[in-house]
Amino acid sequence: MAAGNFEKYKSDGSLAGNALEWVDARFPATSMWKGHLSEYYAPKNFNFWYFFGSLALLVLVIQIVTGIFLVMHYKPDAALNANGVPIAFASVEYIMRDVSGGWLIRYMHSTGASAFFIVVYMHMFRGLLYGSYRKPRELTWLFGVGIFLCLMGEAFFGYLLPWGQMSYWGAQVIVNLFSAIPVIGGDLSLIIRGDFVVGDATLNRFFSFHVIAFPLVLIGLVAAHVLALHETGSNNPDGVEIKANKDENGIPRDGIPFHPYYTVKDIVGVVVFLMVFSAVMFWAPEGGGYFLETPNFYPADPLKTPPHIAPVWYFTPFYSILRAVTYPLFGLDAKFWGVVAMGASVVIFAFLPWLDRSPVKSIRYRGPIYKTLLTIFVICFFVLGYLGTLSPSPMGELVSQVCSVFYFGFFLAMPWWSRMDKFKPVPDRVTFK
Amino acid sequence: MSNQGKMDCGRRRLVVATAAVGGAGAVAALVPFVSSLLPSERAKAAGAPVEVDISKLEPGQMMTVEWRGKPVWIINRTKEMMDTLPKLADAVADPKSEKNQQPAYAQNDTRSIKPEIMVVVGICTHLGCSPSQKFKAGTEEGMPDGWLGGFLCPCHGSTFDFAGRVYKSKPAPTNLEVPPHVYLADTRIMIGEDKKGA
Repeated sequence: MAAGNFEKYKSDGSLAGNALEWVDARFPATSMWKGHLSEYYAPKNFNFWYFFGSLALLVLVIQIVTGIFLVMHYKPDAALNANGVPIAFASVEYIMRDVSGGWLIRYMHSTGASAFFIVVYMHMFRGLLYGSYRKPRELTWLFGVGIFLCLMGEAFFGYLLPWGQMSYWGAQVIVNLFSAIPVIGGDLSLIIRGDFVVGDATLNRFFSFHVIAFPLVLIGLVAAHVLALHETGSNNPDGVEIKANKDENGIPRDGIPFHPYYTVKDIVGVVVFLMVFSAVMFWAPEGGGYFLETPNFYPADPLKTPPHIAPVWYFTPFYSILRAVTYPLFGLDAKFWGVVAMGASVVIFAFLPWLDRSPVKSIRYRGPIYKTLLTIFVICFFVLGYLGTLSPSPMGELVSQVCSVFYFGFFLAMPWWSRMDKFKPVPDRVTFK
Repeated sequence: MSNQGKMDCGRRRLVVATAAVGGAGAVAALVPFVSSLLPSERAKAAGAPVEVDISKLEPGQMMTVEWRGKPVWIINRTKEMMDTLPKLADAVADPKSEKNQQPAYAQNDTRSIKPEIMVVVGICTHLGCSPSQKFKAGTEEGMPDGWLGGFLCPCHGSTFDFAGRVYKSKPAPTNLEVPPHVYLADTRIMIGEDKKGA
């Protein structure tokens, strides 16, 4: 339901009414409000999985607000201060110890980063469950994949800023990966670093990307994601198009206005989420070494690599896929193919709308093949994620290779297996208890 | 439109030409932005040579100095350490240092100017981590059986011997880099400069 087809507000003669009429004649206020909230009809059968879209928006706001306040005290400077500590590292310590409330704002931001990925992974999984990426919502899905990529960049750039040991060596390894690309690789990693080693130039540009460039793109993509969604209308756990069945007023019979019904429902999700979020933030802000890794409590030392380096948990499934590639091919290093596999493992999500050929959208009406393969896929994703946090070992390498093959097989063979399943008849109307 | 169906070809050519010129201008405007991402003149000028005094470096010891933001190791190799090198000729990927990872004067059996003094950049040639010391032979430091001593990269498990030569079938593609260096005196080394005055 596109905004813009609504009547302008007519004043009831009150002061507020007159003001709104004045605004509405000059700006589509009523029409946006109605089109996106009070007369945006969402299917009435949303379940638990539909909390994560609005939660992702909430976490975005948390990250932006806490980020604005952190930038007021943080200094992106790799030079050493009078005590021989890098200024960037010292400024984070300063935020933690000397700025009133600074520790809380920083823990909100660092916990928010992990929470963002948890929420987004759940949101994406919802898409897999109910076929939300299928026609006509392909663009909504593609904008979503763009948001995911942007978020990964945002997290990678942000992790360098505390200028701890893991920040430094993590960035060193990831930037060096780009040098594996033939011909342009060397110059590319030079352009990313801005120096021959990870240093002050790198820190400053990562800061710039983290606080300006990527957030701007991210907000633009989020707007596009929501606009595209509101153009087609939301999918639902039954995968039934509610617009196919409208009443005499042109309102979907299975739809209810987003506001107040889902705004109020989402508040419940927000409250539960914030309880969990606060519990982590206050009692386990380091997330057991997964949210904030131990070596990052030491300032960056270009002369010494920590004995065990691993990316933060949300990157580990893809990092495992990178490490799983150990064979050179077509005269190119295994390193290069590892980078390709890692990139492909993320980008392949973008092709889902065209890989899935099943006649039904929702898992509720799909058969045992999809249920089994999706379960194995999720298990593989977790196993890869777990292995990515460990040091390399021959056994781990073998398991990650098996899981990587399945990971890609799930997607690449989808055009065939998604058609072969045993399907149940899809009802005309959504099911609702 | 009154003259529908008839295209004003002259006007259309002008539109195309304007768009092309505008597009070229936009691409040209990218140049300063991209070039600003490259290492600055100051970054290029950095990397002055480093002078090191090794008079206090006892046999079996290693010291680390910073050169161009990277760790450079100087190892005073004992006779036992030296004796492991010929034994590893079949175990390492490039025993004769044929790949261009060292100046010509270090392309020898010990990859050094003075046989016992090893000078090498302590950055793994795989993804740039700094390998850790595993000097004790055998399994004492968690290394596999038959380990003769050397270095282990903690990131992806590449192993190197006492001359910085990489073992076969490891992620690192080449031996560790030997930086240009020159002896100013018997126990003073200048790293980052050699006899050519480069």
